[in-house]
Amino acid sequence: MRPTPRLVIYAALLLALALVPLAADLTGNRFYVTLANRAVILALAAISLNLIMGYGGMISFGHAAYLGIGGYSVGVLAEHGIDNGWLQFGLAIGASALFAFLTGLVALRSRGVYFIMISLAVAQIAYFAAVGAYRYGGDDGLTIFSDSRFVPWLRLGDSVTFYYLCLAVLLVALILTNRLVNARFGFVLRGIAANETRLRALGVPVFRHRLAAFTLAGALCGLAGALLANFADFVSPSMMDWTRSGDLIVMVVLGGVGTLMGPVLGAVAFVVLEQELSNLMEHWRLLFGPLLVIVVLAGNRGLDGLLGGRRNG
Amino acid sequence: MILALEQILNGAQLGLMLFLLAAGLTLVFGIMNLVNLAHGSLYMMGAYFAVTLIDWTGSFVLGALLALPAVLLLGIAVEVICLRRLYARSHLDQLLATFGLLLFFNDLVLVIWGKAGRTIALPGWLRTSVEILPGVPYSAYRLLVIAAGLVVALGLWFTISRTRIGMRIRAGASDREITGALGIDVASLFSLVFGVGAMLAGLAGILNAPILTVQSGMGERILVIALVVTVLGGIGSVRGAFVAALSIGLLDTLARAFLPDLLKVVLPASAAQTAGAAAGSMIIYLLMVITLAVRPQGLFPVRAR
Amino acid sequence: MKIAVGAVLLGTLLASTAMAQTPLKLGFVTTLTGPNAAIGQDMRDAVELALDHAGRKLGGRPITVIYEDDEQKPDIGQQKGQKLIGADKVDVIAGVIWSNVLLAMAKPILENGTFLISANAGPSQLAGAQCNPNFFSTSWNNDQTPMAMGEVLNRRGVKKVQLVTGNYAAGRDMAAGLKLTFKGEVAGEDYTRWPDQLDFSAELAKIRSTKPDAVWIFYPGAHGAQFLTQYSQAGLMGQIPLYNSFTVDAITLPLQKDLALGVLGTQSWVWDLPNEANKKFVADFRQRHNRYPSYYAAQSYDAVALLDGALKQTGGNTANKDALRAALRKADFKSVRGDFKFNNNQFPIQNFYLQETVKDAAGNFTVRTLETVYTAHQDPHHDKCPMKW
Repeated sequence: MRPTPRLVIYAALLLALALVPLAADLTGNRFYVTLANRAVILALAAISLNLIMGYGGMISFGHAAYLGIGGYSVGVLAEHGIDNGWLQFGLAIGASALFAFLTGLVALRSRGVYFIMISLAVAQIAYFAAVGAYRYGGDDGLTIFSDSRFVPWLRLGDSVTFYYLCLAVLLVALILTNRLVNARFGFVLRGIAANETRLRALGVPVFRHRLAAFTLAGALCGLAGALLANFADFVSPSMMDWTRSGDLIVMVVLGGVGTLMGPVLGAVAFVVLEQELSNLMEHWRLLFGPLLVIVVLAGNRGLDGLLGGRRNG
Repeated sequence: MILALEQILNGAQLGLMLFLLAAGLTLVFGIMNLVNLAHGSLYMMGAYFAVTLIDWTGSFVLGALLALPAVLLLGIAVEVICLRRLYARSHLDQLLATFGLLLFFNDLVLVIWGKAGRTIALPGWLRTSVEILPGVPYSAYRLLVIAAGLVVALGLWFTISRTRIGMRIRAGASDREITGALGIDVASLFSLVFGVGAMLAGLAGILNAPILTVQSGMGERILVIALVVTVLGGIGSVRGAFVAALSIGLLDTLARAFLPDLLKVVLPASAAQTAGAAAGSMIIYLLMVITLAVRPQGLFPVRAR
Repeated sequence: MKIAVGAVLLGTLLASTAMAQTPLKLGFVTTLTGPNAAIGQDMRDAVELALDHAGRKLGGRPITVIYEDDEQKPDIGQQKGQKLIGADKVDVIAGVIWSNVLLAMAKPILENGTFLISANAGPSQLAGAQCNPNFFSTSWNNDQTPMAMGEVLNRRGVKKVQLVTGNYAAGRDMAAGLKLTFKGEVAGEDYTRWPDQLDFSAELAKIRSTKPDAVWIFYPGAHGAQFLTQYSQAGLMGQIPLYNSFTVDAITLPLQKDLALGVLGTQSWVWDLPNEANKKFVADFRQRHNRYPSYYAAQSYDAVALLDGALKQTGGNTANKDALRAALRKADFKSVRGDFKFNNNQFPIQNFYLQETVKDAAGNFTVRTLETVYTAHQDPHHDKCPMKW
């Protein structure tokens, strides 16, 4: 692999993320860690969405539901005094995988706009389930009073420790995604997105491949949700609002659909824009909204495209 | 019994408002194949225009009527400047660009009309109640809203099924290419359809404004329900949208009104309300998922897609 | 020995002088967007007035206030709280209108050891088992004001009441408070979706069918104006008497106008309370803004005054948390409510008054005190709070 400017920039981005706590210490601004942490967790969620949307061509308009399911798994167990991290994260991943599997069973039979709408409707069901969960605060949300506990030396309450944990999870997810999309499974997935009829004719079990990808993406996003719950010490139905799903799509497309690093770039850009633009001008969406329109009209290659990347979807 | 009657009227009112939104959505969806998340913004803009025009004219009726052409023009402008470039694009591109528009409009109203949100005061003659049955008063304004919704629905049905322009629209909804081949000016037709759809959404916003607070983001919750109505009714079918809108309006209102009471038998009041109201909202989406699982093209499919 | 004491004294003196020069940072969280932005503005105006009255210095230390907008959303409030302790490193956070926002915000702030002074929200959790040595209130616990209302209903011989309120932390506390003291029958309880349900048609239809002697509501801010309008549109106004908690006030009266005539409410502060601090506050506020201050404003004014009083005792020092806490607990300041004393849970022990809506000489709608319902009332959760001092 030749070190193209794009690869250099990506390496620099990951290095910069790794150095954030140091920079925060030097400048005395701990808030950088908070911001970077949000970006890293959202990047994980965006990677999972990109797996099905970018590589698999399945536009899920309800992906924020998995953030919520992951978050509530941690929150609900913590509310009942169970702060064992293995149990909490296991439930988060398992419950989101199951929810994705069941959603996929119904939604993956349809295509195009019907798929989008079913994924939206299913996410709304999850949203209202959280709204109706009066035992867990309903609309008001649920404060988590104890952090997840894994092993005695890993204290998630410490912001730097937690940040590096999230960053490590992100790196592992990137490596695994890279291997997955370059393995046979990934080729088949992209093949289905590009020409389903052909793959069907070749005897590929299309539905099973799509369902597997959908379930995997749900599980990964559930993990992001569990991290988000530990990050904020708070979960509420607004995590699953349909505009949050829209935000995730924005991150993926802003970074570059169907590229490995695109979602990370998109999530970081989104968090930085949100923070910096809102500091500069209160009504930053007045610029950000038209920017999205321009990104789309200009050909939708995302930031990765600007850096010379080629979409392999 | 009297309670049920009132709730049915309330449900019909919500249903008709949903229909006003869904009518535009379903036509734009069906004819231009465009998923428009910014449709809720046009609903919001209608309400804001009404706020200003009622202020200027000093008359509720005049202001509300003037707001309609304003939304129509805004809709056409949005179509010409931005959306017509998206018709041939993927659904993902459409979602993203119209989501961008939604964010834009949400902040635009904050800049123009201030952060506080606005309310519209009704004139005295609409602030009264009318006895619909002996001893059962009902808000005069809500009756007016129901009447307006029915009139528009009837007008829309007449236009689409009985006029030349309606024929073209129907032709466009069932087959775009042929409509173009027949020498119909497709670009203008599309602008017109979009503009009228925007105006209907704006009308819903105007009619709802005195009942709600006019504020940024007010279009988002109702947009999702209108999307459900559109898909449930069958994309491109105005008739389907009407049936689906009324069903969902009634279902939502009745479930919200009676489910909590049923649950109060087993739960404390606030818990019953929380769970009951949420279950009421879930039913709509569940209904949509089940319907699509059984009838993938909605209740009134326009054509095989 | 003497030299050592002298050195220590000198050190303390130098430290406190250095401290006195760096400005104190106060984070003030309220709602500045949406239909309830008017409440946030009222609180902000009161904070600025309190600072002017204190000479723009609290305890001799210059002060910077960072206003943050929670948009009335728990998750946004939570993020803003984290920003205030993380990026701005404020010494104290005050404000917060909504109980659900406060509950979402409180944990990271209190865990960080930052003092949090609620100028409005008073969720039962923070008054009871979850009370915290760094949490103070200059308002009330949610249950108290409707408890006073329940007492009023009893005195007026109301036998059957219907409750309608927003379904969130405060709404549930308020209804519980009313039910604690009201001795008659509760005909029905409706909790509407908060804050996005503004259409009360279903609830109004139920009121008509249960035919209660009275209706009690809790709808702060824009919802209150909406509810009264719709109550009147449904033809219920004048038919079934309406009682309120936090629904008819200086914020909503300009919208409710004559609809609020005859709608009684209870409050721990009314603008016509005859004490010197209050007279000064109300006169200056009215002169500056040409409107009546609300209780939100009064409580915000008290929050700043409380902090000023405490910092005067510590010489502007905020680093010694125990000293600051002890000073805050003394509540040595001139409250607009008159006497001000903290309970063990650091919520005020205070009077509650019955108020009615009237038109003033200039034709503006306002409220006035009718009678005292409770004197030195303690909230019902304070004995669940383990703090003793």
